[in-house]
Amino acid sequence: MRFSFASLLRNAFSAHTGWPEQWRSPEPKAAYDVIIVGAGGHGLATAYYLAAEHGITNVAVVERGWLGGGNTGRNTTIIRSNYLWEESEALYDHALDLWQDLSQVLNYNVMYSPRGVMMLAHTVHDVQVSKRHVHANRLAGIQNEWLSPEEAKAFCPPLNISRDIRYPVMGAALQRKGGVARHDAVAWGYARAASALGVDIIQNCEVTAIRRGPDGAVTGIETTKGPIGAKKIGVVAAGHTSVVMGMAGLRMPLESYPLQALVSEPLKPVFPCVVMSNTIHAYISQSDKGDLVIGAGTDQYVSYSQTGGLHITTHTLDAICELFPMFRRVRMLRNWGGIVDVTPDRSPILAKTPVKGLFVNCGWGTGGFKATPGSGHVFAHTIARDEPHPKNAPFTLERFRDGRLIDEAAAAAVAH
Amino acid sequence: MSQTFRRPEGGRIKRNKPVAFRFDGRALTGYEGDTLASALLANGVHLVGRSFKYHRPRGILTAGAEEPNALVTVSRDAARSTPNLRATQVEIYEGMTAESQNRWPSLAFDASAVNDLLSPIFVSGFYYKTFMWPAKFWTSVYEPRIRAAAGLGKAPELPDPDRYQSRFAHCDVLVIGAGPAGLAAALAAMESGARVILCDEQAEMGGSLLSDPDVTIEGQSGRQWSTDVIMALALSDRVTCLTRTTAFGYFADNFVALAERITDHMATPPASSPRERLWQVRAKQVVIATGALERPLVFPENDRPGILFADAARTYLNRYGVMAGRKTVVATACDSAYLAALDLHRAGVEVPAILDIRREGGALTAAARAAGIRVETGATVTGTRGRLRVASVEFGHVQADGSVRHDAVLPCDSLLMSGGWTPTLHMFSQSRGKLRYEEVTGRYLPGRSAEHERSAGACNGTMALGAVLDEGYAAGENAARAAGLATRGTKTFAVAGATTPDGQVLGALPHDRNPGRVKAFVDFQHDVTAKDIKLAVREGFRSIEHVKRYTTTGMATDQGKTSNMNALAIAAGALDKPIPAVGLTTFRMPYTPTTFGIFANTSRGDLFDPVRRTSTHDWAAAAGAEFENVGMWKRAWYFPRQGESMHAAVDRECRTVRAAVGIFDASTLGKIEVVGPDAAEFMHRIYVNPFLKLEVGRCRYGIMCRDDGFVYDDGVVGRIAADRFHVTTTTGGAPRVLSHMEDYLQTEWTDLKVWLTSTTEQWAVIAVQGPKAREAIAPLIEGIDLSKAAMPHMSVRMGTILGVPCRLFRMSFTGELGFEINVPAAYGKAIWEAVHARVVALGGCPYGTEAMHVLRAEKGYIIVGQDTDGTVTPDEAGVGWAVGKSKPDFVGKRGLARADLLKPGRTQLVGLATVDPKVVLEEGAQITPDADPAPRTHAIGHVTSAYHSAVLGRSIALAMVERGRSRLGETLHVPMPGGAIAVTVVDPVFYDKEGGRLDP
Ligand SMILES: Cc1cc2nc3c(=O)[nH]c(=O)nc-3n(C[C@H](O)[C@H](O)[C@H](O)COP(=O)(O)OP(=O)(O)OC[C@H]3O[C@@H](n4cnc5c(N)ncnc54)[C@H](O)[C@@H]3O)c2cc1C
Repeated sequence: MRFSFASLLRNAFSAHTGWPEQWRSPEPKAAYDVIIVGAGGHGLATAYYLAAEHGITNVAVVERGWLGGGNTGRNTTIIRSNYLWEESEALYDHALDLWQDLSQVLNYNVMYSPRGVMMLAHTVHDVQVSKRHVHANRLAGIQNEWLSPEEAKAFCPPLNISRDIRYPVMGAALQRKGGVARHDAVAWGYARAASALGVDIIQNCEVTAIRRGPDGAVTGIETTKGPIGAKKIGVVAAGHTSVVMGMAGLRMPLESYPLQALVSEPLKPVFPCVVMSNTIHAYISQSDKGDLVIGAGTDQYVSYSQTGGLHITTHTLDAICELFPMFRRVRMLRNWGGIVDVTPDRSPILAKTPVKGLFVNCGWGTGGFKATPGSGHVFAHTIARDEPHPKNAPFTLERFRDGRLIDEAAAAAVAH
Repeated sequence: MSQTFRRPEGGRIKRNKPVAFRFDGRALTGYEGDTLASALLANGVHLVGRSFKYHRPRGILTAGAEEPNALVTVSRDAARSTPNLRATQVEIYEGMTAESQNRWPSLAFDASAVNDLLSPIFVSGFYYKTFMWPAKFWTSVYEPRIRAAAGLGKAPELPDPDRYQSRFAHCDVLVIGAGPAGLAAALAAMESGARVILCDEQAEMGGSLLSDPDVTIEGQSGRQWSTDVIMALALSDRVTCLTRTTAFGYFADNFVALAERITDHMATPPASSPRERLWQVRAKQVVIATGALERPLVFPENDRPGILFADAARTYLNRYGVMAGRKTVVATACDSAYLAALDLHRAGVEVPAILDIRREGGALTAAARAAGIRVETGATVTGTRGRLRVASVEFGHVQADGSVRHDAVLPCDSLLMSGGWTPTLHMFSQSRGKLRYEEVTGRYLPGRSAEHERSAGACNGTMALGAVLDEGYAAGENAARAAGLATRGTKTFAVAGATTPDGQVLGALPHDRNPGRVKAFVDFQHDVTAKDIKLAVREGFRSIEHVKRYTTTGMATDQGKTSNMNALAIAAGALDKPIPAVGLTTFRMPYTPTTFGIFANTSRGDLFDPVRRTSTHDWAAAAGAEFENVGMWKRAWYFPRQGESMHAAVDRECRTVRAAVGIFDASTLGKIEVVGPDAAEFMHRIYVNPFLKLEVGRCRYGIMCRDDGFVYDDGVVGRIAADRFHVTTTTGGAPRVLSHMEDYLQTEWTDLKVWLTSTTEQWAVIAVQGPKAREAIAPLIEGIDLSKAAMPHMSVRMGTILGVPCRLFRMSFTGELGFEINVPAAYGKAIWEAVHARVVALGGCPYGTEAMHVLRAEKGYIIVGQDTDGTVTPDEAGVGWAVGKSKPDFVGKRGLARADLLKPGRTQLVGLATVDPKVVLEEGAQITPDADPAPRTHAIGHVTSAYHSAVLGRSIALAMVERGRSRLGETLHVPMPGGAIAVTVVDPVFYDKEGGRLDP
């Protein structure tokens, strides 16, 4: 049933008893053409585009928990594309293009809200780095503009631009098209659309082994719900990618860290945009519901534990209260963590692997939500055609061997 | 009409201390010891808020931290306004101003209440299904309206003037919760001599004993017993008792965070007192005694003002002397509601009926009937009436087939409900303990522990008071023993007059109404009804996490304390699965909302991040220096003279250094003392340069790569002795270089005998640069021959300066003759002043970091992190000569050999000269071959450094450009918003290419 105001109204008369399941929850078939491991936003988007754009509908998405329950459902949803290197600009801007009408395409309101993402500069070095981004982006046709502290304050009135604070705001880079979206809706919207096209989404089904034939090519997986055959496997398991890829004997250039976020109690609208400070580690926006949504940093040590340290949260709130001193009386409602998969160059891997039939989409680290539609789109292409889409061609696994890095960390501290 | 619902006697409020306060502008009075909720109820005020979505009128539902409805904003003044406080936890003080929230124009008449009429459309998740057409309306129309409608209270508009503090504490036993179980536990731990911290979120310790008039413990009234125990604990110097203190977070290794609220309840807080204090407690053992929370019954229209939890009403009566109404119907599935009914009845409140959903009633049914109260068993509420307050209750009897036959309407002004008790598992669950589900009682209980903790009392599922006390005492004893103390063994308490609250119901109750039309609330604040949860299940949301997110149940500011179990039961019912198969949502930090300020604490202004100052800081400040932040350091940026612009000051400083001499504080550079028999071998491996043959007394400019082969840091290294190196790093790089070195020493080269010590703060470093540098320092130095022959460029000597031992480096970051004097930091200022006097006498001046940048750029010296960005090899940065070609291995060697790093076409450091010498390029600007690049043109490089050079009388710039060194003489372009700037590619050394000035 299509979602619309009209269908909502119609259903109101039948006390909403007529809505069908948004996605089917089938038992796994014996085999599929393609199995996607991990029903996060990226995995579900991949399955959707496989079906919608490549006509490959005999697809299963296998998820060990519940769909969207990984980093997709835990992130602070900052969306932007003003990255430094041309390869990243192209990939993230591709995603940004797809965000524009994603609600209409999926017939699911993902609440993409381009309210502007402003990245603060606090030191001379920050200013140099930010301006480098602005110049590079302008040349690449990516929106990004430099604001003086006063302009930054005009864009975000709660911002403290006093010269007396420890790290005064020296300016900001603003991408007006950047913004936020509703993370759950992205997972659910893709799940519903993929399921409608025939994709089986199998939840509570953990992949425990990857099966390979005599020629080394994949033949399927073993799961907590039994073995499932597959001609191709796409691993999209975020923080647990190393574990899953290890099942095929591949060692990944990834480190997994806990990354935390928190929300405040809901408040009447006070915060119009998204503000990021990589230097003092604060990421903040206000959700439509009214909570301040705040991102923190990663722990310093690798871990698969989803609870990070208190000092990390504390450090972030230090920064938030320094930049927005009126928020000191606001209260934290909920704090949580996710496990992010970090590559040496802080750019993702979206690629074929040395194992025939095995593809991997990972390494999004602290900032992959924004790429969800673009990532799914090009990864589906890679799996369907057995060769990368031009936009993900540079994001190979081999680049770490060969040194063709796309180092987004080089110029900025952290990238959300 | 004042406090007409206050009983003439009883309760723990101070009747001789009336307190005047305002609610929504209305002047009211209560007593000291009242919460805002009890004072409002005393005045007959039930309507205190509006719900989040439907804006339904809401009253006070509970008497504690779990309150979902009664949220208010309390303001002391414009800057001290706090939204979303629970009236049930706010203690009133003289002059308090509280406001209801989320209503317009008034609480009684709220325009947004139309949402309630539209509720057939505004079901769970409706917003995912609509607002998509026309597409651009989302940002321009729909979202702004949704945002305006959402949110609860308003954020304060001014910076918070209050202070917050923090304490670290260690103890043997931390007891969380000071009800009977917690008190008994603390008592046992104290008796064993343990160091104990006992905390409770309420203003008064005692927990449930405070509201119970009937029980006796060890022959005393329960209240008296608790008073005595609290006194004994308070008098012990080994026990810290913290009231108004919430344990809100449980972290690894028994690290528990407590929030103590210090002044919020005071009319005039002392200026010296912080508002809140964060306790970061590391406990050897923890006793969790957090009790249990009552649950609502899920029947149609269960949300009207005047409908309360039964135990809350009992608390208001017995602890505050307040009646929730004069005519109170009681609906229950649990015995504890009978206690409320009996107490109210005794207090003269009319109790028209107790409606017990249980077919047989419970342990107190007979007692209630004997007291003359009508009890209907197998009976349930099928609806309520009343606009801003409940006015009547409809009830019916549940038939054998499960249907309900309507019976009667009971007029009333209040309705109490109890669905049974939910153990408060938050702390246990946060500690990563595993929960277990107890089938018979339908409860989750603590299972396997992950930390050194144990639960006792109601949070552990133990409800009978005697057992609670015994269990609490045993837990305290056990904890003390586990903490290594000798204990006296367990103890049994003699208890009388206690009733065990048996009986419960989970999920929605049956009724005779159209299920599609009625609203039976599960999550009160978020307006989630039983049918919303069923809708979610129907739409395929099968895990409880999905149901929660789709319906938003349990996501309100009470975090589902009253709603989670009912939601779970309804979802399980709809899925036809047992409760444990549907799962329980995760309990997350914090237990109750916790002020940002308590986290941020003293980290504001200069304390936000420690300020590192060099020993000459005050001198520089007095000399009028402007400072810049570099990492945590404050560095003198330039020294403007009266009326001088930055530009003019920097020009002057640069010219002076080149013409005479300048003095510069280089103390912020990182310094590491590398010592040990294998020190040279270590240096040889960790740097790209060869180090084995560096002679004692000589220096080398070292380049360090990571294993990827990209430049990581640089700095001059002096060999002090065969087994000792004085290493310098960049200012920002000091900590990471030290960790990098330690990492290799500790994990890769464990066989090397080398020790590293950070000496950054031990040495003050005074750089003296310029043709007159030798002349400037010579008279001050003893024990070192400064002559060119005796102390060549790149050497280091030990001697004294004005009698102070020093390490004197001959080196240069300006291209001029230069020395760097390292003296113990404590002498830094004195030596600086002496050298400065010499410098000035020779026509020199101090210079800051900006001039230093210009001077080094004139010489083409890179700054790691500015001219390099982590993607540049030593060769590309123009320092390929430093790489020891014949070394068998060094960190980065294999990285440098990677295929792509050997390909032609990578960027290289070059100089850029603007065609117009007056134009200074912008750092970060891109470089293209064309003057007018088409959109998406590939940039072949970027400007890394750009300055005006006073000495050269023109602008200079450094840049990383693809194949840069093969482009010398080429014209390239730097596109800017206003048009491209033409530049010529030149050698990066702009000044004194031959280097003659280094060694005159
Ligand atoms: C706190 C936090 C804040 C963030 N903020 C932002 C932000 O503001 N902007 C932004 O762009 N990005 C942000 N990110 C990053 C972003 O969330 C992720 O990059 C992105 O969501 C990854 O999506 P995914 O679909 O690849 O991963 P996930 O959503 O994590 O999906 C991976 C799935 O794989 C499943 N899985 C793992 N192992 C197995 C197995 N063996 N068998 C079956 N299934 C398995 C997991 O259960 C999981 O559901 C943030 C992340 C966190 C944790």
